[in-house]
Amino acid sequence: MSSRPPGVSLFVTCVGDTLFPKAAIAVVALLERLGVFVDFPREQTCCGQMHFNTGYQREVIPLVRRFVSTFGASELIVSPSASCVAMVRDYYPVVAALSGDSGLTAQVDAIIPRVLELSELLVDHLGVDDVGAYFPHRVTFHPTCHSTRLLKIGDRPQRLLRAVRGIELVELPEAAQCCGFGGTFSIKNADTSTAMLTDKVRAILDTGAEVCSAADSSCLMNIGGALSRQRAGVRTMHFAEILAATEPL
Amino acid sequence: MAGSVEHAEHAPFPVAARTALADTQLRRNLGRATHAIRIKRAAVVSEMPDWEALREAGRALKERVLRHLDHYLVELEQSVQRAGGNVHWARDADECNRIVADLAVSHGVTDVVKVKSLTTEETELNEALAQRGISAVETDLAQLIIQLSHDTPSHILVPAIHRNRAEIRELFMRTLQEAPADLSDDPRRLAMVAREHLRRRFMSAKVAISGANFAVAQTGTVAVVESEGNGRMCTTLPHVLITVMGIEKVLPTWQDVEVFLQLLPRSSTAERMNPYTSLWTGVTAFDGPQEFHLVLLDNGRSNALADPVGRQALNCIRCSACLNVCPVYERTGGHAYGSVYPGPIGAILTPMLKGLDEAGTLPFASSLCGACAEVCPVKIEIPRVLVHLRHQVAEHKSRRAPERVTMQALARVFADRRLYEAAQRSGRVAQWPLARSGKITRLPGALGGWTSARDLPALPAQTFREWWRERHRGEPA
Repeated sequence: MSSRPPGVSLFVTCVGDTLFPKAAIAVVALLERLGVFVDFPREQTCCGQMHFNTGYQREVIPLVRRFVSTFGASELIVSPSASCVAMVRDYYPVVAALSGDSGLTAQVDAIIPRVLELSELLVDHLGVDDVGAYFPHRVTFHPTCHSTRLLKIGDRPQRLLRAVRGIELVELPEAAQCCGFGGTFSIKNADTSTAMLTDKVRAILDTGAEVCSAADSSCLMNIGGALSRQRAGVRTMHFAEILAATEPL
Repeated sequence: MAGSVEHAEHAPFPVAARTALADTQLRRNLGRATHAIRIKRAAVVSEMPDWEALREAGRALKERVLRHLDHYLVELEQSVQRAGGNVHWARDADECNRIVADLAVSHGVTDVVKVKSLTTEETELNEALAQRGISAVETDLAQLIIQLSHDTPSHILVPAIHRNRAEIRELFMRTLQEAPADLSDDPRRLAMVAREHLRRRFMSAKVAISGANFAVAQTGTVAVVESEGNGRMCTTLPHVLITVMGIEKVLPTWQDVEVFLQLLPRSSTAERMNPYTSLWTGVTAFDGPQEFHLVLLDNGRSNALADPVGRQALNCIRCSACLNVCPVYERTGGHAYGSVYPGPIGAILTPMLKGLDEAGTLPFASSLCGACAEVCPVKIEIPRVLVHLRHQVAEHKSRRAPERVTMQALARVFADRRLYEAAQRSGRVAQWPLARSGKITRLPGALGGWTSARDLPALPAQTFREWWRERHRGEPA
């Protein structure tokens, strides 16, 4: 509801930067359409979530230092990846403590309140529900584990999607069930991961949706990988891509 | 150590899980059972307006107990002795089993009745008793099923959750002489056969063995909660009662029990209260057992206590809510974990009790989805402990372990923006032999697990940062 739209720095994440630039470009288009000034600090690389969650926590210390130095001057930092935001919020203090550097802990504590997931920025800081998007397709939404259980963003993305013109948003059965990604879990426990993914894909297909959306590109990479392998005729899109879509002029 | 051989040789989780995942009957039995109890639990928990306050009270109480465990255990010992009971201290499983067997032998019995107890499963007490010529009869229905089929429990609360009633009917027909020729698979009829079989044992047993859900330091009272009444029989009918309890189960005062008697039944069986709550304090003349022994078991718990992050696993009240909501457990079942404690709690507790050398793959048996932490009645941050244990595993890997070499190389790339951008560019070149029509369908080596069921999108022609730079060309950096 603020009168002056803030400037935000985009924390694109390594997966968003390297594998899913379309979703990141959509974030820029959407925010600029809403009158937000977006900048992209080039020194950013990876938040270190994969290393941390796989047990290589010391290796994350330089990445935490890089993050606070890259974004230290930013007023607000926004990311289209709920799990990377959760990494910063929940585990950067743990990594900073591991480093034994109290200065780093102070920097991390100072930056955390300014790091937002996209729907948090839109709903809580910009106070918008209707971003003026148009997307005439049947869509189902998978609420990813880290977006709901760690960040607790609730139904913010769904609220934003419901306001999209032309959209037919359909409920996903057993929506809260994990898709089976879990970072290196999908490699180390590929069989169990596949069993979880199969049930998620079945639920998506049951909705008859042509698009499965979520707030995490990495979960969508997992789900989309199976949909592609099965020639299911359903595609995955980050919810930013849907919110960025507008009626042709 | 004969008793622990089976567990020591247990396959790593991914291997054991592969076998379990292929068992279609198991998948169906588990899927149905966990799904049903998950819904029931959510319903009874939602009735409680103060559920979050209760969880916080439970967590805080357990934390205080662990902080002053030495004090409360000594107080418990004194209280039990004052009430006419005996207290024994067991450093490990072998010592515990020896104490129990010696007691049984000293009473000249050849069989004992047992209340379902995870702690005695942990010490493999039945096997140890058998070696001393004593046969232990399990009196919990599901535990009896496990015993009759020479199986091991696959769930904390419902040990035979992996069996359906048709399988149980066949088992009873084969093993119980009380089973009539026309036995159906109606759960009530199955229960009646087991009841007839067990009733005779209750009446004749001289010695009973139980676990404990709680023990109150202040009063020396021990509590067992259960659903079938077999526990009540075991703790009241025989002359001698021996209770084996993990040292973390002690509670400071009588009043503290109320918190857990609300948290436990709703979280475990999705009941508002347990059908049977048995409480006893030492011995009472002419009423119940006339000889009571409490065996306090460490067996690795002190090691867990020494770990400031991991110690919260000792908060566990064995409700099994985390198993019932876990997407991994639901699909692999309990046996894949190779431990009496399966599921999310087992994935953190087992490595701390047995050591990471024996259970090092368990902390990785999770997608870190967080469903377990959401339901835990004593607020154990299971995902936090999982990644903490993964850290210990990684730290102990050899410097030349392929995973460690790869992860460290990647970390160096991420730590240097120029290297990172160079890697993005070279990745596009390197994927050339793998990528077809915008996707990669087969990855080499360890990464092959991904492409066994999924495609991977090929790296697009332009990264986001390349797009950004092109768009802002000519602007000052």
